[in-house]
Amino acid sequence: MSSVARPAFTARKARFIALCLLPGVIFVVVFTYYPMIRGAVIAFQRYNLFDLTSTPFVGLENFRSVLAEDRFWTALRNTGTWVVVSLFFQFFLGFGLALLLRRQFRGRGLYQAWVFFPWAMSGFLIGLLWRWMFNGQFGVVNDLLLKAGIIDERIGFLASPGWAMTSVIVANVWYGVTFFAIMIMAALQSVPGELYEAASVDGASRLRQFWHVTLPHIRPTLALIVLLRIIWILNFPDLIYAMTGGGPAGGTDIVTTFLIQQVIGGDYGRAGAVGLLVLGLLLSFSVFYLNVTRFERSR
Amino acid sequence: MRRLAKAVVLGVWLLITLFPLYWIVVTSLKPKAEIFSMPLRYWPGEVTFEHYEELFSFADFGTYLLNSLVVSLVAAGAVTVTGVLGGYVLARFSFPGRGALMLAYLVTQMIPLFIALGPLYLLMSDFDLLNRLAGLMLVYVAMLVPFSTIIMRGFYERIPVALEEAAQVDGASRLAAMVRVVIPVMLPGIAATFIFAFVQCWNELFLAITFIDSEDAKTIPVAMNSFITQYDIDWGSMAAATVVSVIPTLILFAAIRRYIVEGLTAGAVKG
Repeated sequence: MSSVARPAFTARKARFIALCLLPGVIFVVVFTYYPMIRGAVIAFQRYNLFDLTSTPFVGLENFRSVLAEDRFWTALRNTGTWVVVSLFFQFFLGFGLALLLRRQFRGRGLYQAWVFFPWAMSGFLIGLLWRWMFNGQFGVVNDLLLKAGIIDERIGFLASPGWAMTSVIVANVWYGVTFFAIMIMAALQSVPGELYEAASVDGASRLRQFWHVTLPHIRPTLALIVLLRIIWILNFPDLIYAMTGGGPAGGTDIVTTFLIQQVIGGDYGRAGAVGLLVLGLLLSFSVFYLNVTRFERSR
Repeated sequence: MRRLAKAVVLGVWLLITLFPLYWIVVTSLKPKAEIFSMPLRYWPGEVTFEHYEELFSFADFGTYLLNSLVVSLVAAGAVTVTGVLGGYVLARFSFPGRGALMLAYLVTQMIPLFIALGPLYLLMSDFDLLNRLAGLMLVYVAMLVPFSTIIMRGFYERIPVALEEAAQVDGASRLAAMVRVVIPVMLPGIAATFIFAFVQCWNELFLAITFIDSEDAKTIPVAMNSFITQYDIDWGSMAAATVVSVIPTLILFAAIRRYIVEGLTAGAVKG
């Protein structure tokens, strides 16, 4: 937090504060908090868009019905794979890129402009882009792999569940490396130069400097970036939606695409239940994660 | 040797980044027969703009472009003004509920908006806002206010209070001090926030497909989504649509690239 002194609270200032804050607060209350809370309540109702004549409270019925569905459990498992594998490659490739781009060199600005720009595209467009590239018949990925002699015949990348999951993850990694590179670059730049000077006076090698100076210094930032990223990847159905629509046969469904299917199907009760389950998952994971990383920090 | 290795790695990554984009552009310029013929051509034998023409004649892409532009500009403008005001107050005053508000804003960034998707639909329907650009704008503003406020607050906190106090000593009111002294210093940050919000609105898909299905009110992502049918995608037109829809974003991102690192790390993510 900032160390600047803030003026004291008086009635005249209260009006100014209210005037500045109210427009935003009203928007957020009406169009974010209210629907979120209503969504949570609907999770306990039978609430189908196509039959709103009666919307009785049914207790945990929606949760039971969601949890009884194989497709939900598949989606949950897929979510794990999707998040962990995507994160792993995004993190390490992004870290590598950030280290390479850390020092000024001729053309760095131009390089960044090009290499950062997948990030300017939407997940939806990236999904479409890679859907075309992974096309079983006319896809360029098949063509390149054939030419390189890595495969003998075309692979229906998006037609079999295992390959489809690999494909969406490849696309997601391509997209997400940039984000990590940007954030880690920012973190690296926050390490005070004196620390390196002191370390090199002590005769520490580059590797030791990295291990004993850089890493400890940026660790809290890394921990936070990773958490934000986990939440973000989990809440990022756009790419999958465009690339496979969750198919084939639910093979690339994650909990969020599953949730969207419920909304599109008009079953808001079940959608609310899935939403709350996802939220519970995220919250408990975040609490667990923050505890673990805080432990690390104080050690 | 080290430098060579570094250059090679960077080069390879550039290639990996750029190839998909190159490929979509090339696809959009190939005649249909060539898109779906073997062997694949890595350079179009014959360049055609027929897919682009199709977009604007067969599909009503001009309308969609205009819709997206209006929605994104208005929403991003509103979001930026809200952020400039709210961020200022959060950075410069302490008042009851300040912490709670910050928390409430942060929470919206973590809770999946998809929980609210169904109820939002009902709300929009109650207010007769379905299939209207205005409805989409309202929701986009709400979606982006917490982000812009938090980011703006981060920017303000880096500006010394002394700057405003000097102006106020000279007799300027608080608001005048803010407008004349603080805002000019903040302009790069304000521009970055505006552009970021614009791009979010420009790209948003799920709220748009939930609320909009009339031809008049479609935004670009909604229109592109409706190009996808269960069995077939017209890849020529889709490629052209992708290229068209990414151009504004590209221009804007090129303009603010150097603020991105700063902007992103200003608010929540400060180590």
